[in-house]
Amino acid sequence: MAKVIVVTSGKGGVGKTTTSASIATGLAKRGHKTVVIDFDVGLRNLDLIMGCERRVVYDFVNVLQNEANLKQALIKDKHCDNLFVLPASQTRDKDALTPEGVEKVLNELRENHDFIVCDSPAGIEQGAVMALYFADEAIVVTNPEVSSVRDSDRILGILSAKSKRAAENQEPIKEHLLITRYSPERVSSGEMLSITDIQELLGVKLVGVIPESQTVLQASNSGIPVIHMNDSPSGQAYEDVVARFLGEERPMRFVEPEKKSFLKRLFGT
Amino acid sequence: MSILDYLLKRKKKSANIAKERLQIIFAAENMDKNGPDFLPELKRELLEVISRYVAVDQDLIQVNVERDSECDILELNIPLSGSHIKQKNKVAKAAKAASH
Repeated sequence: MAKVIVVTSGKGGVGKTTTSASIATGLAKRGHKTVVIDFDVGLRNLDLIMGCERRVVYDFVNVLQNEANLKQALIKDKHCDNLFVLPASQTRDKDALTPEGVEKVLNELRENHDFIVCDSPAGIEQGAVMALYFADEAIVVTNPEVSSVRDSDRILGILSAKSKRAAENQEPIKEHLLITRYSPERVSSGEMLSITDIQELLGVKLVGVIPESQTVLQASNSGIPVIHMNDSPSGQAYEDVVARFLGEERPMRFVEPEKKSFLKRLFGT
Repeated sequence: MSILDYLLKRKKKSANIAKERLQIIFAAENMDKNGPDFLPELKRELLEVISRYVAVDQDLIQVNVERDSECDILELNIPLSGSHIKQKNKVAKAAKAASH
């Protein structure tokens, strides 16, 4: 049975699309047939991050409105055999996403995929609610920063109150906390919320920590999910996230500051 | 933070401030969610009784529950605007200890 995973956050710009792209890629690399769907109708970007923007012909809304079938709209990833991208429409309205339509598409995808990753738009309106409504598990992406933590708390409330599982009194959505743009140096100098702080505030199990890194921008510039960057900490951190998500035990990496020389420690940098 | 920063106390730990602020807003939001649901009904009935005796402006009535560590405080704020009581605000406070 396919699993539906929503990548959500409430706040924009925290790394939902980067995370969706990397997690979907990581799952596919491990042999799971995976599809990643962009729910941000009107502001699609997943295609850019996945590097398939020039191959978009039909989109999610076309499928919802029976203007194309799924086979026509799914774009096969150029790096992974098991990975497909379902882009959002750039021109339509968010109201094009209806619960009935989305459910129909998800059910069709469930038949021949292991994982369906839903890249949620920011906010708490129709698009975001549709992205999380049918989820089995949720990855809540949070930056170590007050507005992001508050919005994550809000979205956690929505996950437990407004999802299909909540409406039908089923077992609740399994929630995972993913902290992105983490800077161990700034945490140790007391100017950034720590992993423990955020976990205490949100009360959700941690699935990983992605360090602040220049590689993420380089990856998005070139349309390659950052998980492919094997020699970068952020790529390796995403690799760990996928492993933990699939039940492996992995210690957290890149969460302690690099050791500084005595002189640097004395004078600061 | 470098040792010099530490010795000169140049920086204030803003992460702690952030955490405290978030703890306060989360606590307040939780209270809204878990607050007693009889408040609207209580407000309506009180209004009914009070308006038998004096003229009151319905929109000005405030009913709040404040939560301390040891007790809950039910606070009613009812401005009376009858002809014989001229714009005089009376605050009725009823405190009830309720350990929870």
